[in-house]
Amino acid sequence: MLFFSYFKDLVGREVTVELKNDLAIRGTLHSVDQYLNIKLENTRVVDQDKYPHMLSVRNCFIRGSVVRYVQLPPEGVDIELLHDATRREARGG
Amino acid sequence: MSGGPGLESLVDQTISVITNDGRNIVGVLKGFDQATNIILDESHERVYSTKEGVQQLVLGLYIIRGDNISVVGELDEDLDAHLDLSKLRAHPLKPVIH
Repeated sequence: MLFFSYFKDLVGREVTVELKNDLAIRGTLHSVDQYLNIKLENTRVVDQDKYPHMLSVRNCFIRGSVVRYVQLPPEGVDIELLHDATRREARGG
Repeated sequence: MSGGPGLESLVDQTISVITNDGRNIVGVLKGFDQATNIILDESHERVYSTKEGVQQLVLGLYIIRGDNISVVGELDEDLDAHLDLSKLRAHPLKPVIH
């Protein structure tokens, strides 16, 4: 549940999601669910010349199972908070 | 799970699906479930190549198993109308490697 909660806190931030097919999509995080499926708004593909496949897509749903990385804004990372949450999770809630 | 990224808002809209094997299928979303299995009506595949423009293959009514889905995009009809598919050239997308 840690990462689910963590991503929920990032809603509204600008993130880049890199997929397991090398496609990287940048957009505003709209929502996330228990499977870490992600919905992005105002999306654009990072290398549009190489990947014009989503030129007419501005909002998209990304299946959690195909996400390789999520690149976060530095201000979206609170190390202290993550440390505490990780310890709490390790203790079992 | 309310407020999650469900596909409710896309029902009866034209969507663009990218599958794990790199195909791009466009159609009208008619149904879906928790596993992201989807039902697409009036669907067609857009085949990208570097040799010629984008080819469109008519598929009709399709069910795509969720396992095989990477991205479901809401197709902006205005943007799509201004897209000249016959001039678009690109390599097909790579398959997903888990």
